[in-house]
Amino acid sequence: MLALRNRSALALDAGLLAGALLLFSLLLLTSGKNPLDTYGSLLRSTLGSAYGLSEVVVKLIPLLFTALAVALPARLGLVNVGGEGQLHLGALFAASAALSLGPGTPGWLGLPAGALAGMLGGAAWAFAPALLRSLGWLNETISTLLLNYVALRVVDFFVYGALRDPGSANVPQTKAFGPGFLWPAFTGRVHVGIALGLLALALAAVLLFLTRWGYEIRAIGGNPVAAHRHGLPLAATTIAVLCAGGALAGLAGTGEIMAIQGRLRPHFSADFGYLGFLISWLAGHRPLRILVMGFLVAVIATGGDSLQLDQGLPSATVNILMALLLFVVLAREGKRGV
Amino acid sequence: MPSASRGELLLETRGLTKVFGALRANDGVDLRIHAAEVHAVLGENGAGKSTLMKMLYGYYHPTSGEIFVGGKPVRLGSPRHGRAHGIGMVFQNFTLIPALEVWENIALFLDKRPLEREGLLERIREVSRAYRLDLDPRALVRELPFGTRQKVEIVKVLLTGARILIFDEPTSVLAPHEAEALFTIFDELRGRGYAVVFITHKLAEVLRCADRITVLRRGRVAKSLPAGEATKEGLASLLVGEAGATDPEAIPRRRAGTSLPSGLRPVLRFDRVSCTTDDGRPGLTGLDLAVHPGEVLGVAAVSGNGQEYLGDLVLGLRPVTEGRILLGGEPFDPSPVAALARGVACIPEDPLGMGAIPGLSVRENLILGAHRPYWNAGGFVPDRGRLEAAARTALTTAFVQAPPSLEALAEDLSGGNLHRVLIARELSRNPIALISYYLTRGLDLSNARAARELVLAHAARGMGLLFISEDLDELFTLCDRILVLHAGRSRGIFRPVETSPRDVGLLMTGADHARAA
Repeated sequence: MLALRNRSALALDAGLLAGALLLFSLLLLTSGKNPLDTYGSLLRSTLGSAYGLSEVVVKLIPLLFTALAVALPARLGLVNVGGEGQLHLGALFAASAALSLGPGTPGWLGLPAGALAGMLGGAAWAFAPALLRSLGWLNETISTLLLNYVALRVVDFFVYGALRDPGSANVPQTKAFGPGFLWPAFTGRVHVGIALGLLALALAAVLLFLTRWGYEIRAIGGNPVAAHRHGLPLAATTIAVLCAGGALAGLAGTGEIMAIQGRLRPHFSADFGYLGFLISWLAGHRPLRILVMGFLVAVIATGGDSLQLDQGLPSATVNILMALLLFVVLAREGKRGV
Repeated sequence: MPSASRGELLLETRGLTKVFGALRANDGVDLRIHAAEVHAVLGENGAGKSTLMKMLYGYYHPTSGEIFVGGKPVRLGSPRHGRAHGIGMVFQNFTLIPALEVWENIALFLDKRPLEREGLLERIREVSRAYRLDLDPRALVRELPFGTRQKVEIVKVLLTGARILIFDEPTSVLAPHEAEALFTIFDELRGRGYAVVFITHKLAEVLRCADRITVLRRGRVAKSLPAGEATKEGLASLLVGEAGATDPEAIPRRRAGTSLPSGLRPVLRFDRVSCTTDDGRPGLTGLDLAVHPGEVLGVAAVSGNGQEYLGDLVLGLRPVTEGRILLGGEPFDPSPVAALARGVACIPEDPLGMGAIPGLSVRENLILGAHRPYWNAGGFVPDRGRLEAAARTALTTAFVQAPPSLEALAEDLSGGNLHRVLIARELSRNPIALISYYLTRGLDLSNARAARELVLAHAARGMGLLFISEDLDELFTLCDRILVLHAGRSRGIFRPVETSPRDVGLLMTGADHARAA
């Protein structure tokens, strides 16, 4: 029975994915491109070379965190659309820590200080929506989404203002961080974040399926009324889990500036927060599937750049494919709802 | 209005079979529905009643077998086809839009919408008059009790021109007097040549209103017989098979008239308790009650008369505005955590909606609320051995045979089985007081009997039981005392031997002249 349900769910997923790819093919045809060539070029540019693959992994790192930032609250029945904002605040906090501790800070202090500050920033940005939700005053879907736009402006405010590097007069950006804050790389641009991301996935799985809190999260998410009647702490769990999600998104932001950029600039995120949302929903908020779906989305996102070069398509074209994937998710949820 | 002559064969199925995966929900079902007939389809939970009706209505497609309407084979591809062939389903709830008026709900449902408002209003009033439904087409559905909403559903189906009306467990949401009113409507419909198909698992109702009875067991027709030839005992043995043939509906009777040892401190006491409804009107007013150790205190009330607040008040889900609640003689600050800690358990009105976590396993559902001891090291390491043992023990008390797998997800269990899992859970904490709402509602015969025996066994060991029910037979046989609630006030507490179901029934409906015992 269970196996049967899993099999048919898998078939449904595969069918819907194929549908999305087919629709995108039609779109490519209307703009005079051969869909097979396009898909081929997309795959070649990402999976066809060691460099391409490493770029996919670089893209995947923040996505693992931002997807978890959506998945944990989702297990509780909460919709966290605020990954993008939490990521920005995390980066801002981490940058502030790095700039205030100074360039001479040693690695044993700088790395954890940056990471903790980043997580704190993300959690802080999630706290207000979490509190309002736990009081029953405001739906977290709306509040987290709207705060994304505020977060971008907050980062701008500091990068154009107090944190701006006076030495780079034409470019709004902070000073470069000291070497003690920079995340070590494995090869090329692939950095220690991938290990942290995989660790976070594993810890999330352990938390959800082995620990008492995971049980409580799944119980509340499954039926808040029954959980409340049996004494489970709804408000405290809501705040804790949404803030934990924020902290993970904050860590994604920290990784981007500490491993890739080396300093904080406005608009440093390539929609990592939103793509994480897409991944988590594609993956049904399951940690292991987040790895699979995260890889898929990272391939598409990375390949988008090559489409511009190889096929003369705007790199935003792949956003259409992403949107189609989101529809796939919605269709699947609707199908299950019957 | 249908002009079918009495006895005309309206609908027939031959060898109707529906297979879901490994489950044969219906297996070669032959059914003959005649005009001017109330045809009861009787079966235990999971016997395949609903599957059969959904095929007749066009919601499911048969795996094999045929359906004939008026002698011609038909293929019912969707409910729309079902309606086109004059087959209508009267739903229980959830198909009406609460924010709309009665006539608007009906207008939405009709396939063709040639009617302007006045015409439709007139037709609703006409049908309502003809069948003595007493329905106001301009009423807001939100404000109607379930019994009246059901009448809206009936009018809806009648206006589509249906000749066969299918009622799926229509009395499960009704108070006793509403159910009686429904059977009167059945009589009206029969008199006008409609066929009524009535699905239920309640023997008394079948014998009260049916002309013909088809008993389903494990997806097959066990027997189809005229109501005149049916007896309660005969139907019961058809329902549950040979093994359970010894009068499964018999309610275990309490030792009649036992007097409680005086001086025992009540395990649960309401001391002049008042509360308000969601919109600020009085919910309960100055209610006094006391449940003693080992006592079964019944609460007889028609739904919506304040009994729904009893459990919520003890769980702290609704504030006590006046008075106080005492547990074991001590004042108590109500909250879910405090209630659990002090040994109060509750089986709520809607046990599946308010008690079960659908996506969790039976095992995980069994520990809800008392789950902390099953993790070591501060919550990080699950103690699987203890959990397994505790879950098994809880289940074996509630299921004499064939308990569900501990791994099964709650959402995959049948309603009756899940209900029993939840009863097992609440009792596994050995509560000092159990607040039980409609313990056997929706349970089939064998499950209902098991549930009653289980709570009585715990009462015999000293648990106080607050037993809220609308079933007077059940209240009179199970309870030591019965409290009658009407409009949020106590109308007296009676010993069953000192009063009669008729008197209690009158008090429940607010009649003042009933003799107080």
